Amino acid sequence: MTLEAGGSLKTGSGTGTSSLGSLFKALNSGTTTSRQIVESCLNAIDKRDGSIGAFLHIDRERALQAAEASDLRRSTGEVRGPLDGLPISIKDAICEAGQPATCASRILKGYVSPYSATVIDRLNAAGAIPLGRVNLDEFAMGSSSENSAYQLTHNPWDLTRTPGGSSSGSAASVAARMVPGSLGSDTGGSIRQPASLCGVVGLKPTYGRVSRYGLVAFASSLEQIGPFSLDVFGAAALLQTIAGHDPHDSTCVNTPTEDYLQTLDTPLTDLRIGVPKEYFGEGLDPEVQKIVEEALAVYASRGAKLIPVELPHSKYSVATYYIIAPSEASSNLARFDGIHYGYRSPNFADLESLYAASRGEGFGSEVKRRIMLGTYALSAGYADKYYVKALQIRRLIRQDFDAAFQQCDVIAGPVTPTPAFKLGELADDPLAMYLSDIYTIAANLAGIPAISIPAGWTASGLPVGLQLQGPVFTESRLLRAARMLEIDRPWIDRLPPVAGG
Amino acid sequence: MTQPQQATETSPALPLSDVARIARLARLKLTENELAIYANQLGKILEFMTVLREVDTTGIEPMISAVPCENVFRDDLIVESLPRKLALANAPKTDGKSFLVPNILG
Repeated sequence: MTLEAGGSLKTGSGTGTSSLGSLFKALNSGTTTSRQIVESCLNAIDKRDGSIGAFLHIDRERALQAAEASDLRRSTGEVRGPLDGLPISIKDAICEAGQPATCASRILKGYVSPYSATVIDRLNAAGAIPLGRVNLDEFAMGSSSENSAYQLTHNPWDLTRTPGGSSSGSAASVAARMVPGSLGSDTGGSIRQPASLCGVVGLKPTYGRVSRYGLVAFASSLEQIGPFSLDVFGAAALLQTIAGHDPHDSTCVNTPTEDYLQTLDTPLTDLRIGVPKEYFGEGLDPEVQKIVEEALAVYASRGAKLIPVELPHSKYSVATYYIIAPSEASSNLARFDGIHYGYRSPNFADLESLYAASRGEGFGSEVKRRIMLGTYALSAGYADKYYVKALQIRRLIRQDFDAAFQQCDVIAGPVTPTPAFKLGELADDPLAMYLSDIYTIAANLAGIPAISIPAGWTASGLPVGLQLQGPVFTESRLLRAARMLEIDRPWIDRLPPVAGG
Repeated sequence: MTQPQQATETSPALPLSDVARIARLARLKLTENELAIYANQLGKILEFMTVLREVDTTGIEPMISAVPCENVFRDDLIVESLPRKLALANAPKTDGKSFLVPNILG
């Protein structure tokens, strides 16, 4: 591998961690050890997480033991790959045997996973070190961290603002330089939106690329587990580790994975970038628009062609998504019944009232709102009008992408209409919160991969992401395109105030 | 993006009886206050959804998944499963062998 991963190395000093790429190089060259890296992360968490609120649970001893085992492997030349010895935070909806998995819900308080998700098994097999369970909007429903039953997570660039969601703790833990990488999940933008609002890289893989086994299910036809990283190298290395067929998830396809690292540093030539006019209209913050257009100009200066494309059904994607996702949620969350695991209410007279009281008391307001919405959309007399109609429009949205990708290799645009909003600003208006997902949810409906990469910062110092979407199974293309921007306009040395910036 | 019109302040609330019926179907015990809040919010959200009516979907096959839906077969082999002790470990009430529930037949 010949890799030029960016970022300065700051380990062992207690100032926190650097990128996965630079840590990988430092381990290879012997200038640091996994133990030093993990200690440095733990120090950074001790210093900063009081103001960030990313972590729900940390198993220090286990992480330090795993680090020592990695250092021992390295000393005997048995390194397992680019992530060996590197700590990764885990969204608290991805099961790890013996660790809590609360999904930031009261209903799963005290729950301990009896088994590990496939992605966790793969991280462990690659020598990576799961370091801490991080916060989310309850059951991955939300865009701000405000739906967590346990704590708010704050944006490292401005503590009064949201880090985004639902993978709030994943994005914030990486942006605040407490860990170099994280795993989150993306059902309607829950990786890309917080990555954009926190100034880190976040990738939603193609539906079926990564096993969902062990991810607590919210909307099974939409969600994927994916990586967060400070650098593109780290996102590629994480995807390389977790992608591929898994017999435990029948929707995880048996298509060979690419070597995402091999080609990473080779710029794409003759890249055709589709620019949909629907992504640059009403509702887009002018400063976000300017930053995204500047990023597109960087690509143009490197020989890419910018091609206007149309995604005419985009404007229906929010309504379509907020019928399909709650419908699936109302079915998936039926498993929380106060019988098999989780909270059981003491206020019941019979079995049915035990179910209803446990669920009514255990779930938070957004989760209940979505279960209600989904139950309504699936109920007798309404299913054709809402659910089936939404599935039909979902196909039209996918067909828009198929047609656009006849003319271009990737589609570029903003990730979110605005930079990070203030915590509390949208909390009482669910519909306004849903509308903030407008640019991200079409990729989930269509099943295509999409990445968010830092494109710039607003005048007030808030990060803004660029979104690149590609046809199915073009993760390699998206990562290479992302790397082009990273080479041209490196972002890693810009630190948030909480990390000394 | 040309966004669909947000629902207005005067959006019709869902009738409380409908909200109560949906809550019953969803096995959610809600307070009176929650029922009233959801009646308003669901009314607004459902009004927002009516934008989908303007799309002609005649003859369009519903898309339930982004990957082809095919049966996935495996050999019928006995493999290790979750040990009973672990399967019961998170349950609110067990007798060490089974999940315990209130009497179903009076």
